Amino acid sequence: MGFEGIGASVRRKEDVRFLSGKGNYTDDINRPGQLHAYIRRADRPHARIDAIDTAAAAKAPGVVRVFTGADIAAENIGGIPCGWQIHNKDGSPMAEPMHPVLAVGKVRHVGDPVAVVIADSRQAAKNAAELIEIDYTDLPAVANLTDAVAPGAPEVHDGVKGNLCYDWVIGDKAVVDGVFANAHRVVKLELTNNRLIPNAMEPRAAIGDFDTSSGDYTLYTTSQNPHVIRLLMGAFVLHIPENKLRVVAPDVGGGFGSKIYHYAEEAIVTWAAGRVRRPVKWTAERSESFMSDAHGRDHVSTAEMAIDKDGVFLGLRITTLANMGAYLSTFAPAVPTYLYATLLAGVYKTPVIYCNVKAVFTNTVPVDAYRGAGRPEATYLLERLVDAIAYDTAIDKIELRRRNFIPADAFPYQTPVALQYDSGDYQTTLKVALQNAGWESFEGRRAEAKRRGKLRGIGISTYLEACGIAPSAVVGSLGARAGLYEVANIRVHPTGSVTVFTGTHSHGQGHETTLAQLVVDQLGVPLDQVEVVHGDTAKIPFGMGTYGSRSLAVGGSAMVKAMDKIIAKGKKIAAHLLEASVQDIEFKDNTFTVAGTDRSKTLTDVSLAAYVPHNYPIEELEPGLDETAFYDPKNFTFPGGCHIAEVEIDPETGVVDMVNFTAVDDVGRVVNPMIVEGQVQGGVAQGIGQALFESAIYDPEGQLLSGSFMDYTMPRANDIPPLSVATENTMCTHNPLGSKGCGEVGAIGSPPAVINAVVDALKDYGVRHLEMPATAAKIWSIIQSAQPRLAAE
Amino acid sequence: MPQVTLTVNGQQHTVEVEGRTLLVELLREKLGLTGTHVGCDTSQCGACVVHIDGVSVKSCTQLALQADGTSITTIEGLAAADGTLHPMQEAFREHHALQCGFCTPGMVMTAVDLVQSHPDGLTEKEIREGLEGNLCRCTGYHNIVKAIAAAHPLMHAEAAE
Amino acid sequence: MYDFAYEKPGSLADAVKVLSADPDAKALAGGQTFIPVLKQRLNRPSTVVDLAKLGLTGITVSGDTVTIGAMTTHATIAANPDIKSKIPGLQHQASLIGDEAVRHRGTIGGSLANNDPAACYPSAVLALGGTIKTDRRSIPAEEFFQGMFTTALEPGEIITSVELPIPQKSAYEKFRNPASRYAIVGVFVAKFPSGVRLAITGAGQGGVFRHAEFEKALSANFAPEAIAGIATPADGLNGDIHASPEYRAHLIGVVSKRAVAKAA
Repeated sequence: MGFEGIGASVRRKEDVRFLSGKGNYTDDINRPGQLHAYIRRADRPHARIDAIDTAAAAKAPGVVRVFTGADIAAENIGGIPCGWQIHNKDGSPMAEPMHPVLAVGKVRHVGDPVAVVIADSRQAAKNAAELIEIDYTDLPAVANLTDAVAPGAPEVHDGVKGNLCYDWVIGDKAVVDGVFANAHRVVKLELTNNRLIPNAMEPRAAIGDFDTSSGDYTLYTTSQNPHVIRLLMGAFVLHIPENKLRVVAPDVGGGFGSKIYHYAEEAIVTWAAGRVRRPVKWTAERSESFMSDAHGRDHVSTAEMAIDKDGVFLGLRITTLANMGAYLSTFAPAVPTYLYATLLAGVYKTPVIYCNVKAVFTNTVPVDAYRGAGRPEATYLLERLVDAIAYDTAIDKIELRRRNFIPADAFPYQTPVALQYDSGDYQTTLKVALQNAGWESFEGRRAEAKRRGKLRGIGISTYLEACGIAPSAVVGSLGARAGLYEVANIRVHPTGSVTVFTGTHSHGQGHETTLAQLVVDQLGVPLDQVEVVHGDTAKIPFGMGTYGSRSLAVGGSAMVKAMDKIIAKGKKIAAHLLEASVQDIEFKDNTFTVAGTDRSKTLTDVSLAAYVPHNYPIEELEPGLDETAFYDPKNFTFPGGCHIAEVEIDPETGVVDMVNFTAVDDVGRVVNPMIVEGQVQGGVAQGIGQALFESAIYDPEGQLLSGSFMDYTMPRANDIPPLSVATENTMCTHNPLGSKGCGEVGAIGSPPAVINAVVDALKDYGVRHLEMPATAAKIWSIIQSAQPRLAAE
Repeated sequence: MPQVTLTVNGQQHTVEVEGRTLLVELLREKLGLTGTHVGCDTSQCGACVVHIDGVSVKSCTQLALQADGTSITTIEGLAAADGTLHPMQEAFREHHALQCGFCTPGMVMTAVDLVQSHPDGLTEKEIREGLEGNLCRCTGYHNIVKAIAAAHPLMHAEAAE
Repeated sequence: MYDFAYEKPGSLADAVKVLSADPDAKALAGGQTFIPVLKQRLNRPSTVVDLAKLGLTGITVSGDTVTIGAMTTHATIAANPDIKSKIPGLQHQASLIGDEAVRHRGTIGGSLANNDPAACYPSAVLALGGTIKTDRRSIPAEEFFQGMFTTALEPGEIITSVELPIPQKSAYEKFRNPASRYAIVGVFVAKFPSGVRLAITGAGQGGVFRHAEFEKALSANFAPEAIAGIATPADGLNGDIHASPEYRAHLIGVVSKRAVAKAA
């Protein structure tokens, strides 16, 4: 047994299970007597439902029941709730239209659930669903932001004027306008953040189970946060009290945000299981995932920076339209506000910032947090804008960044957009990234590529993000309807082995390993004697789950606090056993020692005494060694760093080849370097995907054109280069681990680096900006339109 | 109902299926071998890859009845009887080539076939091209490529013994 | 998918009989396109007739012709040394279809019978001037491909093999759809003593087609420069979210030049 504590790249405890085909994903679970649900979805973006005839479906072979929105509406069932309330600039609350579990009266996006067939097999349910006759009257639809805010646009929800969910601001417009009026120069950029489809490899699934004797419900679901689902679905939708509802999120095959939210299908199978008194299972086909999983990003923005003659940033002014889709998903309103606009200072000293965000309803799938959630949008905007400033002023893009960085000695640093950064060293991550990427020798590579007929470009992004969400009181004041603390229960068993019950959830992050390493570090228990349990509301205390790169910074900190309690109690027991004063007991390496002596008791001696309390201070101390702690973070954490991309473009076809990618990130304390590198690599691949390949495309009428892997380009092995990933860490100052978070940095920092590289490669064509994704067809048409200009010169 | 007889991980089964039953449905639903996954409906993601008579096949794009008389290996059949991992499984673990684990079974089965069919070695480019039919959303492929490169000499050394 | 009866006849005659007797019966070759179509419920056959037991596999070289059994897989074609030496363009083409697992099951006969406008093989068979052999006749490639998903096959007719004349030189270049990996533009060029034939898949609304201007220029001078100045009109070309007709027209020139450079 080598070193297994904090800092060791121990191999993952969960891997043998996954590598042997013994993972236990939701669709792998089958309950006795189980029925299957198939959901008939809207095939059109916006229509009034005039009539639904389910008679033929109900009589089809194998069918048990057919439910429609009318059945739901007849019961005491609520709409899908939204977890965050944003206020308009005039103080009024955002528009929050009803999001029915099954469509009532109208359908509002392709994929909106209309009816559900419960049958004895998936195929029987699907066959019957085809027999449901729905009379629609088509209504005019709006499929994109520009159309939705145009005067006279059709309304997605009756009475929601201009399709406006909210009109929100941060910063003082008059002050910022004043700075702009007196600035040496203003650089402006209009840009779009392309809409993405998360596409975790495991499609969503849900099984509702109803115990006919006890009346207890169990929901097995592909979720990143089972307690949150129990709370939202139990309290707001189905009105089942917590003691009668258990939610299990077993092995989950990737989430990236898309499995945070409470989805209609979870409520449908749970409710239907109670109605038919048998388990009901639903598993998404991938084509359903495309039209029912929450999408990500989808912003249109205008960004302006006021600068002085040296390129020093004086003020930033931004207007953003953010697409909410047809209904508000769980986190949706928070993404373009508190996870976006508060990040607009980035790593720069920009003294004043104003941002106006209009969130807009459209006849599309709901949009919510996807890996990075708001921070990729902020980073892309800022890092493209900085490059545009360099382009317009001819100031070197590295020098421009250095000139505006928040210096390493300025922390804690209060930004003009609410956040207070605790630590960071942007000059260092920049310096190391430039070295690792061979920035200085790039022009040689560009010249060599040119001899081969290729256009080579290099791009940089120096970024920061806020994660480890979040201080409950702060987010509460910003409109969150939940606290965002985390919980840990540390159970030291009689013979000294440990089970950790954590409110976080692993869907690829390797918590069974990383969190166990914290126990190795703090309690000195060997890794193979530590088990991490998550994902079952019947086992774990109320915790908030995993998203926003919070599991280690928040969940890990809760573990540290719980282990502190274990040690404190253990010291009292040890003091009794050793007949010493508790003040004299030290704990180190799994052992309680009387300071300055060789008298000691191991954790096992102590835990045995705690559970077999024959010789025990029973008057003062309860038996057992089992402690729970809740940790509410004092602040967000602020990872950041520098990403550098190098691309080669084939000017004949427009194909962009990613040739090099370098990331140097500051993620705070690293527990398992191997896992951290893997997290960054995966995030970077998703960022490259956004920059070069991925785009959810609706036609103007609201049909999803990129509705399968045949049309939505997922990055493949051959699309991604070997990734150079390193960390240069400063510690988080306000949590006990010093960890900041690593799950999203890759997806946040990388897209602008890639696009900056593409723009750099096209510099001879007079390109200042282009929109993501930089597909071959787009690059080709840019080159085509630039060529006459080149020829004319 | 028609019957299909096939050998899965060394064990012979005769199973009643429908004409439309896919091989992956037979494996998951009739035989309880849930290690083989379904990640798409357009035959692109590769989560369902198994070996039929030693070569990689997408079990979601194969009728169960087509597999009559064949010998199939799934992820559950890759390790030795005593639980010793196959060199490819071990390499995936050693090189952190999996995160959520969902694409992993298909990825490993594809990788084993790729290495077996290239006894003389595999370049990084060949490995990446060989993964054309397998999507992973977690790893960025970096460590998968590393693991396959590392497994190549081990598998061929083992085969030579 | 909808349910269907499944039959796996042991003789060509039996297979033809089943397929001819029932207009809703459908032949199953490798199934790599057909099964996804069934999964999407775009087709509802009464009976699926598996052609796997008809002995239609194998590759033979005889004189100036290569004959490939209809049920020969892409993987087999890609790995065959005779194909590699006689028609390297075909070997390369087969190695680019789908992915390795798909190539283990997908067949040349199935692909030709389906005649997907973005499939690879129709370009080789048309450019090589091949002949499609069926249970009842021989069909020249020119007559076989009749537009998107349409061929000269009669109901119940089964492709048994394809005969391909061996060219002096051949090459295939493919510009992939980044999502589906089908061809946005695929160009097969074949040089014969009688002249050069060049066929394009993926681009045309009517499926695979030959490029007369390119062929004429290349017959005079088999070099990429020979076609550098010839523009292809965008009329009649496909447009989708990945490539406009204009982009495809442009790619036809680029990909053709690269195919010629590779063959020459």
